[in-house]
Amino acid sequence: MPAVSKGDGMRGLAVFISDIRNCKSKEAEIKRINKELANIRSKFKGDKALDGYSKKKYVCKLLFIFLLGHDIDFGHMEAVNLLSSNKYTEKQIGYLFISVLVNSNSDLIRLINNAIKNDLSSRNPTFMNLALHCIANVGSREMAEAFAAEVPRILVAGDTMDSVKQSAALCLLRLNRTSPDLVPMGEWTARVVHLLNDQHLGVVTAATSLITTLAQKNPDDFKTSVSLAVARLSRIVTSASTDLQDYTYYFVAAPWLSVKLLRLLQCYPPPEDAAIRGRLTECLETILNKAQEPPKSKKVQHSNAKNAVLFEAISLIIHHDSEPTLLVRACNQLGQFLQHRETNLRYLALESMCMLASSEFSHEAVKTHIETVINALKTERDVSVRQRAVDLLYAMCDRSNAKQIVAEMLSYLETADYSIREEIVLKVAILAEKYAVDYTWYVDTILNLIRIAGDYVSEEVWYRVIQIVINRDDVQGYAAKTVFEALQAPACHENLVKVGGYILGEFGNLIAGDPRSSPLVQFNLLHSKFHLCSVPTRALLLSAYIKFINLFPEVKGTIQEVLRSDSQQRNADVELQQRAVEYLRLSCIASTDILATVLEEMPPFPERESSILAKLKRKKGPGTVPDIEESRKERSANVNGGTNHTSATSNAKVAASSTDLLGLGSASTSLSSTPPAAPPAASSLLVDVFSENSPAAAAAAPIAVPTTAAPVADDNFSRFVCKNNGVLYENQLLQIGLKSEYRQNLGRMYVFYGNKTSTQFLNFGTSVVCQDGLASQLNVHLKPADPTVDGGAQLQQIVNIECVSDFMEAPVLNIQFRYGGTLQNIAVKLPITLNKFFQPTEMTSQDFFQRWKQLSAPQQEVQKIFKAKHSMDTEVTKAKIIGFGVALLDGVDPNPSNFVGAGVIHTKTTQVGCLLRLEPNTQAQMYRLTLRTSRDTVSQRLCDLLSDQF
Amino acid sequence: MIKAILIFNNHGKPRLSKFYEHYTEDTEQQIIRETFHLVSKRDENVCNFLEGGILIGGSDNKLIYRHYATLYFVFCVDSSESELGILDLIQVFVETLDKCFENVCELDLIFHVDKVHYILGEMVMGGMVLETNMNEIITQVDAQNKLEKSETFIFQSPRQDR
Repeated sequence: MPAVSKGDGMRGLAVFISDIRNCKSKEAEIKRINKELANIRSKFKGDKALDGYSKKKYVCKLLFIFLLGHDIDFGHMEAVNLLSSNKYTEKQIGYLFISVLVNSNSDLIRLINNAIKNDLSSRNPTFMNLALHCIANVGSREMAEAFAAEVPRILVAGDTMDSVKQSAALCLLRLNRTSPDLVPMGEWTARVVHLLNDQHLGVVTAATSLITTLAQKNPDDFKTSVSLAVARLSRIVTSASTDLQDYTYYFVAAPWLSVKLLRLLQCYPPPEDAAIRGRLTECLETILNKAQEPPKSKKVQHSNAKNAVLFEAISLIIHHDSEPTLLVRACNQLGQFLQHRETNLRYLALESMCMLASSEFSHEAVKTHIETVINALKTERDVSVRQRAVDLLYAMCDRSNAKQIVAEMLSYLETADYSIREEIVLKVAILAEKYAVDYTWYVDTILNLIRIAGDYVSEEVWYRVIQIVINRDDVQGYAAKTVFEALQAPACHENLVKVGGYILGEFGNLIAGDPRSSPLVQFNLLHSKFHLCSVPTRALLLSAYIKFINLFPEVKGTIQEVLRSDSQQRNADVELQQRAVEYLRLSCIASTDILATVLEEMPPFPERESSILAKLKRKKGPGTVPDIEESRKERSANVNGGTNHTSATSNAKVAASSTDLLGLGSASTSLSSTPPAAPPAASSLLVDVFSENSPAAAAAAPIAVPTTAAPVADDNFSRFVCKNNGVLYENQLLQIGLKSEYRQNLGRMYVFYGNKTSTQFLNFGTSVVCQDGLASQLNVHLKPADPTVDGGAQLQQIVNIECVSDFMEAPVLNIQFRYGGTLQNIAVKLPITLNKFFQPTEMTSQDFFQRWKQLSAPQQEVQKIFKAKHSMDTEVTKAKIIGFGVALLDGVDPNPSNFVGAGVIHTKTTQVGCLLRLEPNTQAQMYRLTLRTSRDTVSQRLCDLLSDQF
Repeated sequence: MIKAILIFNNHGKPRLSKFYEHYTEDTEQQIIRETFHLVSKRDENVCNFLEGGILIGGSDNKLIYRHYATLYFVFCVDSSESELGILDLIQVFVETLDKCFENVCELDLIFHVDKVHYILGEMVMGGMVLETNMNEIITQVDAQNKLEKSETFIFQSPRQDR
């Protein structure tokens, strides 16, 4: 007999649904619905008390109307009344209505909670289950407050029925997700772990889900679950398929539970205990062996279930990354799947192999599948699968196969789906740069990129090619020749014109010897594109022209003629007009020497993180449209950037405000502490101009020391976490002020020693001590300072800082001097903290959550819940987060009172992306801070630093 | 975690929607539409997984779906779920519906939305898999029906019912 017979049910409901289905138009449907809503409303409002059956029928109708996409703004009270009915069916429909229609901040929550409370204590398992379901489905804070203590009790009580235990476990999991601060850890935790031994596999499955989530946050509390999980897994894996009866699914023993257990084990490193470790290895081997056995059934469900377990086992092997033989076996297994006829398996194999490629043990093994992957790129019908193939090619690329992979990706790009083109462009550009042995190949590749997919080549990509050409003189001639040839094409992409304009402007002289590319030919070629280009590109071309005047005096007349034309001198665009006027003037009045100095070749760019790599990190994910803010920024960078080298004399104001072309900031120019490529003579001119307006300039006035400040505490260290300037230390004799600036992994600190007495300090000396490991993580260099400080005077000392890798401790500044006859010794912690090396990263909500997900390994997240020490002012909090160094992202968190930030920590050896989220709870005066970074030490350190600030 | 479970027909008409995260009614409807567009344009025999639409969190989430006759069953899940596991769960869900309704068809879902919700409730709770054993699920559903039957005699006669 079917469990639901078709004859029963409510006739009124059936008639209503049939009416709706017979409606010929949307209007008719709405009319019918409105009629019904009016009917129900009047019934609810009417004097006649409705019986349970009618209530149930009307609530069902409301549910149906809601499903069709209409708002339901009444009936809630009736639903709540149904909750307290003694009849199961009425209670059930009441709970259904609440779960579907009541959102977490409804006013009715208190009434609902009351009904739930009664049902939880009813000892009727059916009612208890209904109540637990409701809590889990709504999951609101008020519910958590009301039941967070009760649910664990039900879960571990000895006399609770299995089905209730299952519900209680998942209910607790849900509460822990939505309001972790309200779910107290306690003596129940140990008993929850023991549920892994429960007889009922449904209970074990639910408990495993719960423990996995809890263990991600508190790995230490649940360490004992590892051995139990291994034991359980081992029993399942070695059982005959009939042992587990109902939990055997198409001849596979308890596949869901196996998957969950394998997930749980991924929260931990490989077990230390040799016996447990051996047993786990045995399990994994058995699972891998089973994959080679002939299938016990031809049904797709059988292979799905079997492979679900297999893929999870492979994930665990990759996660442990410690058993070379298992890793290679996993790789071979995935290799088989790459050619499987099931699309799903090919998809998953590509995805898993991506992770495998980053393990040193299996990287080579993964590489052997390159032909198959390339073939997948060419022949897969499904774009999702092709996308995974691109990801894998990117992951498996190294110096030995870069040329092949880049070539394949380029040829795929010609036919690739629009949604993934930009990502492929970025990936090609990164690989080409990273693995370029000879840079002619690199230049060719990028120009090909622009030719094939010019619209998807972002600013960063062409910025980068120019950075590289300028820094490598062995490729400049080739680049000039190649762009010249590329520009011959009758239709070429504007990005090519930009690259061409810039490179010929700098290095056109290298190919000018050939009569086919004489200066005039070059100029005419560029100028033939001029009228087809947008304003920023035209501006760039004008700068190229003035550079031509310097490079090739013979075309000066021609170019001046162009600059003099009405269309330039009276251009409606102010930037173009200004350039034309100034350049023309400059070319007329300046002597050759001055012209040569002003228009000298660009100095090499300091080595820095590839801007495109940062871009890919930010923008992984198809079809993201850059927001207006961002594109505007890029445009202005572009417009002003072109003047960087000429404006020094013509317009100091423009220069000072100019946004950096290629990301070379004015601040870093004036900060002479970026040594790799010391800017040659030409740029010293720039330094002066910049420092005039630059707040970063070394000549900045000594800081204003706040004399009215209240007595300063001994240790002001934590005050400097979110700001860079202020008073670090003060006693009766000496005041130490700080002013610091950071860029990438470099920093400079100005320390001001103020003599508060009227007597001279003698033998004044300072030193910095980096204890223990810190010396290798942080380079701190003190510039020598005067040995005396006059009474009432201030001495300035410069400290140069380089962050080599992430660090925890702070260096100590020791100060020694003689005052009167006595030797004074002072030691102060210098507030150089890891967060100083942040670069803020703007990103969209989508990118944020994608990155957030990628950092989901348990050790990557650190969370802290703490009491507010200061008043919880939104603006102050915002300022602190920005001061901390990350970009504050608006509109990312669905809850507007939460704060979300993102940034990248720059160290010399690596870069660590960091996402943070701060959730204030003003009622409880608490905060919850969550940090996710790719390194556990970084997450921990940043969390400690920031949580101290509120 | 399972973020949402959606069932709609070949024309995009929703037949069941269950969200385990809170969205406004409006967004829920938009998500259903967006998901329908993503899923319905795919050929048969391509893979059953794809990245989620923007509204539901983009590529953070995967859509795992199966297409049966006139209906699409779509589960939207985050990275903590096994893709093949969810695919099997959909199968269990459908097989259970089939047992409960005897050859389930779209009309059954239309006229018994409440029942479908109850069956789903036995399998998924608060976004987590509660039970995967079909016999266990059906036992629970049967028990519910018995309770319901024992209460029906109290109901009014259907004649006045409108």
